[in-house]
Amino acid sequence: MFLIKNSVDFQFVENREWLSGFINYKVGIDGISILFIILTTFITPICIISVNASITNRLKDFLIAILIMETFMIGVFCSLDLVVFYLFFEAGLIPMFLIIGIWGGERRVYSAFKFFLYTLLGSVLMLVAIISIYWITGTTDVEKLYELGIQAEYQNLLWLAFFSSFAVKTPMWPVHTWLPDAHVEAPTVGSVLLAAILLKMAGYGFIRFSLGLFPIASENFTMLVYVLSLIAIIYTSLVALMQEDMKKLIAYSSVAHMGFVTLGIFTMTQQGIEGSIFQMISHGLVSAALFLSVGVVYERHHTRLINKYGGLVSIMPRYAIVFMVFTLGALGLPGTTGFIGEFLILMGAFEKNILVAMIASLGVILGAAYMLWLFKRVVFGEMNKQELKSMKDLKTFEIITLSALVIPILFFGFYPEPLMNSIEASVENTLNMYNFDLINNLASKD
Amino acid sequence: MENFQYILPEIFISISIMLFLLVGVFKKNSASLIYNLSNISLVILLALIINLSSLDTIYLFNDSYLIDNLSNYMKIILVGSGIFVMLTGSKYIQVINLNKIEYPILILSSILGMMIMISSNDLIVFYMGLELQSLALYVLASFNRDNLLSTESGLKYFVLSALSSGLLLYGCSLTYGFSESTNFDQILINSTEFNYGTTFGIVFILVGLAFKISAVPFHMWAPDVYQGSPTSVTLFFAILPKIAALSVFIKFLYTPFANMNDQWQTIIVFISIASMIFGAVAAIGQKNLKRLIAYSSISHMGYALAGLATVSNQGIQSSITYISIYLVMNLAFFSCLFMLKRNDKYYENIEDLSGLSKKHPILSFSLLIVLFSLAGIPPLAGFFAKFYVFLAVIEQSMYFLAIVGLLATVVAAFYYLRIIKIIYFDPEKEEYETSHNLGLKITLAISTIFILAYFIYPSGITEIVSKITMI
Repeated sequence: MFLIKNSVDFQFVENREWLSGFINYKVGIDGISILFIILTTFITPICIISVNASITNRLKDFLIAILIMETFMIGVFCSLDLVVFYLFFEAGLIPMFLIIGIWGGERRVYSAFKFFLYTLLGSVLMLVAIISIYWITGTTDVEKLYELGIQAEYQNLLWLAFFSSFAVKTPMWPVHTWLPDAHVEAPTVGSVLLAAILLKMAGYGFIRFSLGLFPIASENFTMLVYVLSLIAIIYTSLVALMQEDMKKLIAYSSVAHMGFVTLGIFTMTQQGIEGSIFQMISHGLVSAALFLSVGVVYERHHTRLINKYGGLVSIMPRYAIVFMVFTLGALGLPGTTGFIGEFLILMGAFEKNILVAMIASLGVILGAAYMLWLFKRVVFGEMNKQELKSMKDLKTFEIITLSALVIPILFFGFYPEPLMNSIEASVENTLNMYNFDLINNLASKD
Repeated sequence: MENFQYILPEIFISISIMLFLLVGVFKKNSASLIYNLSNISLVILLALIINLSSLDTIYLFNDSYLIDNLSNYMKIILVGSGIFVMLTGSKYIQVINLNKIEYPILILSSILGMMIMISSNDLIVFYMGLELQSLALYVLASFNRDNLLSTESGLKYFVLSALSSGLLLYGCSLTYGFSESTNFDQILINSTEFNYGTTFGIVFILVGLAFKISAVPFHMWAPDVYQGSPTSVTLFFAILPKIAALSVFIKFLYTPFANMNDQWQTIIVFISIASMIFGAVAAIGQKNLKRLIAYSSISHMGYALAGLATVSNQGIQSSITYISIYLVMNLAFFSCLFMLKRNDKYYENIEDLSGLSKKHPILSFSLLIVLFSLAGIPPLAGFFAKFYVFLAVIEQSMYFLAIVGLLATVVAAFYYLRIIKIIYFDPEKEEYETSHNLGLKITLAISTIFILAYFIYPSGITEIVSKITMI
């Protein structure tokens, strides 16, 4: 809140000697990270309010896990040292593993293990890269590294090591398979945390580290990211169309949305990156809301299968309204946050590569198709299932949590200015550094 | 005579051992008394060593005995963990009827042997210490003589260990033959030129040491001995001989054979990689917790050796840090194991942990912390241990070792997670007893807090260890 706008420097920097003098504990925020921190601190209370419906056993432990999780996530978004970043990035696995494993559904053990081992496997290579950076440049301080730069010959390998970690976490095709499993088996609140916050760590990492530290490598691998993002957008959208399980459908839609994010980041344009950040915030709100909405009907009817529902509009009119807003937000209707993010990303993509942008636009259509079809099957149609008739409309706390999400989705959909102002200077700075490094590199080659 | 003041700790512990033996012989039912006295004498021993640790490097007895930063630090953690081993096991040996006078005395003699090993600067002195600790360990392994597994483990350890001692002795004699001295520094001076004799000597000595540290491919004894021995002895096996053997490893590699690092570096890298991978893979199928921790210790020794393979001070220091954190994690793990008691029976299968978290939240939380730490997940102490090692390994551009090591941690994470799964996700079983003796509780509390809070001030150990330089 007290952040100085339009400043490119990191603010509120805390720098302490930590690992016997050679690695410092350094945290600080700028215009980009403040948004993610606010998102984290906004979603967590909502999770805590919705806890009492979905968690019946060991509530105390669950709340402890959520709060530890929040601590680590905030740590990720404000760390300014690679080792500190890695520490928080990995530590988040522990509470999430427990959340899925203790309070999850039937196949929770399988999902928790898959989640843990996939992400750990991705991350260990990043650790090798971080240590290598330390020995190459003599520091792991991000700000110093921005100034020093890393020699071009090392960048490709280091970039790939970071990429392996972020790609799993994003998740990008083809390492996305842990996400649907984790989402389906996690309790509602766990899914919300996972979708709204955890998935954003990698997108944030791409902007801050991949672009900031390895500009030359980022340029080299742009096409790879484009292709993987496009496959994610088209393929997972098609997969989402065929899902029978609501949570799985939303999980696959998350992969598609994150595909847009990675696409936008690697357009290396002002619009593309701003759009990506906006899309991440938007996805944080919308997917959280969608998972909560699924949770609402799941608690009443104890199934997530789409064909067990139908015609809810006649018995749950309030639910139908909020669910509609979220559906429209997810498919990117103008007036919701989803539109602005996707629009900016596509704008950035058109500037760089028209073919890529056109294929990505197809994803928007597919997104509309699976979301609207989901909405139609669950909310509209004949109310002909006897067991559904006893379902009650939203309770007070559900109204509170869901409307707390409706408001920002619509508000920032119409008036994105506050968010844009916050990120503008930082994005511009990132891009300037990026272009500066590229030009320098070209000059040194000539 | 002035030499004697520097080996006061060793003299003190020798006299204590003899005194306790006499007391044990002439006084009936004095087992508990001797146990407590031994513990007190270990505390005094620790104080004596700390008292000496401010001094510089001192050579004693014709340069055959050396007191320096390395030996002081290693002795401090050796005796320190010895105290905790005694504290945690005191109730256990009473319950399973092992409370005999020989038990603490054997532990003390073994510690004395290890102290001699750590300080030795001469092949003969080194071998004397090694045999003293090994002989005590053979008896300790089979101490529960009514138990078939314990007897088997003692015999197995004896036969294999004697074989490895033989190899080691053969290596020593080759080294002596080709370098014309038994003194470490003298060997270093005399072995400037390459010759096959000394190379063979190095190989045989390394084989013997790798056996003591249970590194692949000389690890076969570890699972059986760990499982068969009484748990308190297993804890002893898991920590103290490892400290001594690692210390000797450092000493051998960086004093007499420092010029020959081309010869031994490949061997250490191979042993290290093989241990990391084998320990991780073989532990997956285990059902017994003690057996599992044996495989886990094999893989942990792989990481400790990875630091030694770097031929740098940074690497040596990282190995020493690694073993320091490793011993705390083992103390915490075994303290939890000692708490799985019901009706005077101790449980040690993984299945016995099923649903532990419902009735025993604090014990389960400690186990959770320890297991994640053993797996090397940040922000726990185990992560920093691995971090230092890989920092040193990557400094020397040994990327293959680093990447294989880190991938092995992912495999290893699987079996640690499996235990956590059984504790937290599975249906609960019968309750265990909740009243434990104070020593056990204190050990568990201290070690868990150490692991959990290590990230707040991680430079503590590093600063002490950074004084140890060998190159």
